Amino acid sequence: MQVSSLQFKQNAHAALEDAALQRALGKLKAGFPVKRAAAIAKLPEFEALRDAGRDLKNHVLANLDTYLETFEANVRENGGHVHWAADAEQANAIILELCRRVGAKTVTKGKSMVSEETGLNDYLAANGVTPVETDLGEYILQLRDEHPSHIVAPAIHLSLDQVSDAFHQHHRPYGKTARQTEPRALLDEAREIMRTRFAAADVGITGANFCIAETGQTVIFTNEGNGDLTQLLAKVHIVITSIDKVVPTLEDLATFMRLLPRSATGQELTVYTSLSSGPRRADDADGPGEFHVVLLDNGRSGMLGSEFQDMLRCIRCAACINHCPVYGAVGGHAYGWVYPGPMGSVLTPQLVGIEQAGLLPNASTFCGRCESVCPVRIPLPKLMRHWRNREYEKHLQPRAYRFGLGAWAWLAKHPGWYRKATALQARLLKLLGGKAGRIRALPVARGWTAWRDLPAPEGKTFHELWAERSPGAAR
Amino acid sequence: MTTNARDAILANIRKGIARADPPAALKGDPAARLAGHPRNVVPARAAALDPAGRVELFVAMATEASAVVSRVPERAAVPAAVAAFLEAQALPPSVVLAPELAGLDWTGLATEIRPARGGDPASVTPAFAGIAETGTLVLHSGGHSPTSLNFVPDHHLVVLEAARIVGAYEDAWDLLRAELGAIPRTVNLITGPSRTADLEQTLLMGAHGPVQLCIVLVG
Repeated sequence: MQVSSLQFKQNAHAALEDAALQRALGKLKAGFPVKRAAAIAKLPEFEALRDAGRDLKNHVLANLDTYLETFEANVRENGGHVHWAADAEQANAIILELCRRVGAKTVTKGKSMVSEETGLNDYLAANGVTPVETDLGEYILQLRDEHPSHIVAPAIHLSLDQVSDAFHQHHRPYGKTARQTEPRALLDEAREIMRTRFAAADVGITGANFCIAETGQTVIFTNEGNGDLTQLLAKVHIVITSIDKVVPTLEDLATFMRLLPRSATGQELTVYTSLSSGPRRADDADGPGEFHVVLLDNGRSGMLGSEFQDMLRCIRCAACINHCPVYGAVGGHAYGWVYPGPMGSVLTPQLVGIEQAGLLPNASTFCGRCESVCPVRIPLPKLMRHWRNREYEKHLQPRAYRFGLGAWAWLAKHPGWYRKATALQARLLKLLGGKAGRIRALPVARGWTAWRDLPAPEGKTFHELWAERSPGAAR
Repeated sequence: MTTNARDAILANIRKGIARADPPAALKGDPAARLAGHPRNVVPARAAALDPAGRVELFVAMATEASAVVSRVPERAAVPAAVAAFLEAQALPPSVVLAPELAGLDWTGLATEIRPARGGDPASVTPAFAGIAETGTLVLHSGGHSPTSLNFVPDHHLVVLEAARIVGAYEDAWDLLRAELGAIPRTVNLITGPSRTADLEQTLLMGAHGPVQLCIVLVG
């Protein structure tokens, strides 16, 4: 997928003008955060679970090599195969080779953000293998030739009307000529068509929310059941996942079973939590004949021992996204790559390079809601600040911006001048504010005053007011 | 290629861990964790309950997740409960059965014992256990029950012995470890019927899996 994060500002402007998108985002803000709050109110241990989740992930990261090797050995023990991929290209090539070996023409796919990261669909299609997304949201996006705008609810930006149009346009070959408008009718139409695709697929590809070292199982958390049908009805099951998904034991999975669904959708547990390992056994009457796990690194190992290591704790619940005022205003596509919102603003610069994504860690108000809801307590604002540092060190910002920062830094280090400058500024702004105390337009702050008035200061700085209030206070 | 990738990735991971130099407390002992599989935080909700309390919580949570629960006093009464469910749903009196349930007296219902096929209206499969914490069923693959029966038919009926309802997820893991010799291809934890909210966040049942989940609770 082409990275368009450098166009964040233009993307954001367009998103703010998009009425359909704004309606959809309004629904999101009224939905997920409320459901999450209700779910955790029913579980008094939730804060203790967040601590446990954080500590557990830190322990895993400190022993990541051991747990990955144990996972690999146990997948083999169960009759499966593990493939390691250093980057997206290697992962795609491995999967294409597995498809070709069984002469696969179509593959069904459960929802997988890692496959979005590698651009798997385009790669397979370009090499003669047709991928069929089976998650309802992903399926709609595939028909519309779009990418997910949210990591849990991929089609959150679309209206029912847009879905009606997509189905009406693409379902004619299946004899569906009427344009359905009711949610139930649209779902039933997709369900009926998808049933024919599951059974016809040679290969089924799913992601994994977790990989259990102890048992060699991969785990998906889903609600629709498409992930299970995908792996069950195909001849070969391929799991595409990344090295940060491993957990030690079933008991450790239980901790994330309590954290992930509540943080994501406010559910007590997803409808289907499915643990898979190996091909069908001797006495199984159904199930895939082969089981493969593709473990992607793609820059993650380089985060270990760096200031970004905490990000490797992420379990992709999207709580930070659902609570982010910036995401809530512009939606996921504005971020310009696979992972949107606060988690994306930290991850994207790592995976595609800060040169391509420097605007993202700046697209934050640092309000801290993301960190306050993160189930594994990732200090997201701090990590975004680290990226801003890196960006500054690499001289990536515009000259005027760097000059402004430099001037401010000099002032901040010279208190006498700082007081004089701010006192002058406060008086000037008071003058500009006039009787109303509001500034209508200000040359250096057009981004603000184009949309709303700037409240004018009352003429004195905090230092001055403080000195007046406490005459004896040290200066 | 992948062997090289494996070595390179693991080498880079080790380099990163060395750079981080994690304190001993964080480092812990992976071998001991894998062998002893210690429990983390287990909610009190299900931990302190007696058997009757567990059944009560299971039924409440499963119902909240939109499953239908039908209680029967003994195993012999399961076929009648299945027939009653089919009738109430205006479905034909015919089901696909998991082999494990073949021994019951299914007189009055047309039954077939096989994996699922497209268009099967209803299936009946056994549960390995139930988890009270969230009203979750534990099913696993094997000769006793083809997994397709859990996902393909529109109506999925699951037979669960009340005595097999445990409190927390961890209690179910203990049962799996104690009773299954080898790891099955799949373990399905099922909490209510299939659903989606991908169409403008409208909650709809029966996305790709069963539209209805009926739990026949025995005892």
